[in-house]
Amino acid sequence: MQLPILSLLIFFPVLGIALLIFLPRKNHRLLKLTTLGIALVEFGLSLPLWFRFDSTTAAMQFMERYDWLPQYGISYILGLDGFSLLLVLLTTFLTPLCVLATWEDIQTRVKEFMICILALMSGMIGVFLALDLFLFYVFWEVMLIPMYLLIGVWGNPARRVYAAIKFFLYTMFGSLLMLVAILVLYFYHGKVTGVYTFDLLKLYGLNIPFNMQFWMFLAFGLAFAIKVPMFPFHTWLPDAHTEAPTVGSVILAAVLLKMGTYGFLRFNMPLFPEAAYYFVPLFSVLAVIGIVYGALVCIVQKDLKRLIAFSSVSHLGFVMLGLFTFNVQGIQGGVIQMINHGLSTGALFFIVGMIYERRHTRMIADFGGLSTPMPIYATIFMIVTLSSIGLPGLNGFVGEFLILLGTFKENKILATIAASGVIFAAVYMLWMFQRVMFGEVTNPKNKNLPDLSGREIFIFAPLLLFIVWIGVYPSTFLNKIEATTTNFVAKMEQAKATKVTLSQVFKGEAR
Amino acid sequence: MIQYVWLIPVFPLMGFLINGLYGKRLPKNLVGTIGAGVIGLSFALTVAIFLEFLKLPAASRPVEIVVYNWIAAGKFSVPIGFLVDPLSLIMLLVVSGVSFLIHIYSVGYMHDDPGFPRFFTYLNLFVFFMLILVGANNFLMMFVGWEGVGLCSYLLIGYWYEKQSASDAGKKAFVVNRIGDFGFLLGMFLLFWTFGTLNFREVFALAGRYPVGSGIITAATLLLFVGATGKSAQIPLYTWLPDAMEGPTPVSALIHAATMVTAGVYMVARCSALYALAPFSLTVVATIGALTAIFAATMGMAQFDIKRVLAYSTVSQLGYMFLACGVGAFVAGIFHLMTHAFFKALLFLGAGSVSHAVSGELDMRRMGGLKDHIPITYRTFLIATLAIAGIFPFAGFFSKDEILFHALVDGNYFYWGIGTVAAFITAFYMFRAVYMVFFGESRVDPHVAHHVHESPPLMTVPLMILAFLSIVGGFVGFPIIEGGHKFKEFLSPSITPVGHGGHPPVSLEIGLMAFSMAVAAIGIYTAYKLYMLRPDLPGWLAEKFRVPYDLIYNKYYVDQIYDTIVVEPIKSGSTLLWTQVDDKVVDGAVNGSASTVAWLSAHLRRLETGFLQNYALAIVLGVTLVVGYLLG
Repeated sequence: MQLPILSLLIFFPVLGIALLIFLPRKNHRLLKLTTLGIALVEFGLSLPLWFRFDSTTAAMQFMERYDWLPQYGISYILGLDGFSLLLVLLTTFLTPLCVLATWEDIQTRVKEFMICILALMSGMIGVFLALDLFLFYVFWEVMLIPMYLLIGVWGNPARRVYAAIKFFLYTMFGSLLMLVAILVLYFYHGKVTGVYTFDLLKLYGLNIPFNMQFWMFLAFGLAFAIKVPMFPFHTWLPDAHTEAPTVGSVILAAVLLKMGTYGFLRFNMPLFPEAAYYFVPLFSVLAVIGIVYGALVCIVQKDLKRLIAFSSVSHLGFVMLGLFTFNVQGIQGGVIQMINHGLSTGALFFIVGMIYERRHTRMIADFGGLSTPMPIYATIFMIVTLSSIGLPGLNGFVGEFLILLGTFKENKILATIAASGVIFAAVYMLWMFQRVMFGEVTNPKNKNLPDLSGREIFIFAPLLLFIVWIGVYPSTFLNKIEATTTNFVAKMEQAKATKVTLSQVFKGEAR
Repeated sequence: MIQYVWLIPVFPLMGFLINGLYGKRLPKNLVGTIGAGVIGLSFALTVAIFLEFLKLPAASRPVEIVVYNWIAAGKFSVPIGFLVDPLSLIMLLVVSGVSFLIHIYSVGYMHDDPGFPRFFTYLNLFVFFMLILVGANNFLMMFVGWEGVGLCSYLLIGYWYEKQSASDAGKKAFVVNRIGDFGFLLGMFLLFWTFGTLNFREVFALAGRYPVGSGIITAATLLLFVGATGKSAQIPLYTWLPDAMEGPTPVSALIHAATMVTAGVYMVARCSALYALAPFSLTVVATIGALTAIFAATMGMAQFDIKRVLAYSTVSQLGYMFLACGVGAFVAGIFHLMTHAFFKALLFLGAGSVSHAVSGELDMRRMGGLKDHIPITYRTFLIATLAIAGIFPFAGFFSKDEILFHALVDGNYFYWGIGTVAAFITAFYMFRAVYMVFFGESRVDPHVAHHVHESPPLMTVPLMILAFLSIVGGFVGFPIIEGGHKFKEFLSPSITPVGHGGHPPVSLEIGLMAFSMAVAAIGIYTAYKLYMLRPDLPGWLAEKFRVPYDLIYNKYYVDQIYDTIVVEPIKSGSTLLWTQVDDKVVDGAVNGSASTVAWLSAHLRRLETGFLQNYALAIVLGVTLVVGYLLG
């Protein structure tokens, strides 16, 4: 029998939690080392996915299927395609780095913190692998709790409770509508075929009338749009990011936001393709507003974390714009941009976290001239900044270029407005960089700041490796998603072709 | 050899990596040797490839070398690939050759700077991107170089990052360039979705099927030209270049005079096949070029910072090159690009050598009489000045004359007239600089005056080589003599000419040359009169013509205007978006609904029994109702 590698990935961190429970709470070093070990093993476990992944097919791979509650049509189905492959690997790749980043940052309730991290890891991987709607929903909700705790318990004391509750309620609100939609889908499938099931691949086969697709798309879409976050559902993000501890911000930006975009790809679009086409104008416009609005608001931010949070709104706008092109370039770009954003923005939050550990402030005005005491930090910060503003040769460019290329095919005006976001990105990032890093050291507290330690450099090394790799040789990654994308686009094309007849059906029903 | 063309940019990349990672631990001499040596290797390889290319039969030219497939998605596929043709070879030779000389000079010039390894790291990276830009066989890879050189320009302008003005200037350069790049990007999208490829030769071949004046090609060429106005500092995006003088002088020589800023001209010439199909775009190119040429020249008249004089002169000369392209004389544009690279690099390096002699001073009002103290610098600077003023037989004479000649014989009297006036102004302000710096009474600070010294050989030898090139560089394009125009013959396979009928009489050509010389001579004499014979006159004139003088002196207030109509509105608009829209409207709605709920729940709290079953029941009921409604 083949090793159930996907289940292993989901449950190994749970085993790790069980182990942590028995470790002495006082021994921080042991707790952190153990978690690091677990995260590294988990990363090792995920590597076979990469090497054994068949990039010629769009079919789900490494599938696992067990009945769970057969009387309700609930099963435990896991599978992986090109889209989820990259996201799962991003998760397992970043978690060990996050653990490393807690070394000096987290000194209170270390045990609980590590448990939260592992629970989060398990939940996130589950979300990306679940192919049963019920199972998916379970993971989706499970993962909320550790994140809520990360912000609420280890966050910045002043406003952490506000931020945590805002995060929780916002997401919960979206999720509830999604739950309703999932149930509707479940009953509809039962009504039409006589089989009650949450099996996503079976639900894909449904021909749902347009009026129903319309509402279902909105219900799912709201949950995911909040998660992305799309304008105007983004206001939870700056608060959550600002108040969360460094690692919380990293995971939030790098992985959690991707659940929203992934949700569109995995659920919204293939389940409700006609509605998806119908909503292209709305979502594309919202995405472009997000790009420009996020970038403009970034320019005037005074708090580093808030600035990066708003830049996420802008970057995720690019991703959404790409996904809603429904052409190969846009979607390839969108997916690769999810990974890029994970790497660059993740790295940016690490960067801010490290300076916060040294100075206990995130306000841009408190810095200036840091290049002189911290040259290594300056170099890394610069490279990540350039990656974030999409300099060719680094990862960000590949994603943005493909997205804009794909968008330009569908809508020249939107592509032009979106491309202006590239200019604003240079404005806000370079201005921020200048104010923090350049000039003379004016604040005596910054005079003797220690440069990065070996551990800190070690956190960045792998991130920089992939930032350059994706920039110089993106084929490694684009090839893995090519088949999935092509298949996805072909399916959507089909829906586009049949859209007319279906809407006629809908009209007939309406009469 | 040709198949190793990809090594040309790889050498500087290696220099970048070595000096970037280990530069701080290596001895200074080694850092300098590596930094300059890798460029020497690139230059040597370029020469070898050039010689081999000359031997190739016409049928096997040009050569395309594909290294690997870079970005592919669906039917979009773009390689990292090189196009070896006459145009790219000329550019590779100029870029690697001039860079090599400037690197050697920099070893001397930057010797006492604590950031020595960092300087060479950036400079090598710049050459890498520049070689990528000119070697690329497709638009996207050219764009990589295009943005890459912009990055290095940013890093090097802000090299002395502790200085606020330097880091401001760097940021300004990057952002303004990005505005141009935005146009380039859209131009590429349009080309790709029109032709299905971004490969130069494929695009140009397919474009041949479109009629002259086709809307799509006009749009694409205009968008690409937006990119060129950014990179090559043309109206309206030229404002970053004068500020870029904050960078070390070798940087100004290499990036902001000889190579990077000419990228726009190279791009337009490279796309001559497209521009030839878009007469409207050509008119735009020529007009912008002509206006920039004269506009920048006037600003050059009233500057006192020697590097700023040269900066405006660069903007103006770039305008000439675009003027050439715009009237269809792409070859003349590239010819001027080459000679300009020699004499303008020389002028900047000379200015560097001057400021080296007077302890970093750049203000010409505190120079004067330096001729005998720094003779090599003086002589080479004078040669370059004669070249830029367009005096026979210096290099600039031939290239500038060819541009004006083309404008005239094509009946573009307007462009010819502007070009001629700009030539007059150029001769004037350049000799104004020469007189202010090298002649007359010394106005040097007395503390500095006693140790004015000539620069070391590491700096003067590059000056002399460039001076040599500024003298002979023009002979490859000798008009009149049959077969004298080797440059044009060599370059013509890469260029799609925009036809003008018949060959004009030799007498016209000679007459025009004499006329240009006379114009330049008058310009020089005017400078002589004002700055040697009657040094009191400039001040008097400035008083007399207060308003126009202030206008020029303050650079027509363009920076202030941009600040008022673009920068400030964006800043205040963004603040408004953040504090009003985001905090009050969007988040206000969210928190508003939250407080509504809170108010409601305060009243509905009696329903809160605390029993989980009751809640569960309520949820099940609610969900069932909704589901039932939707399915019913």
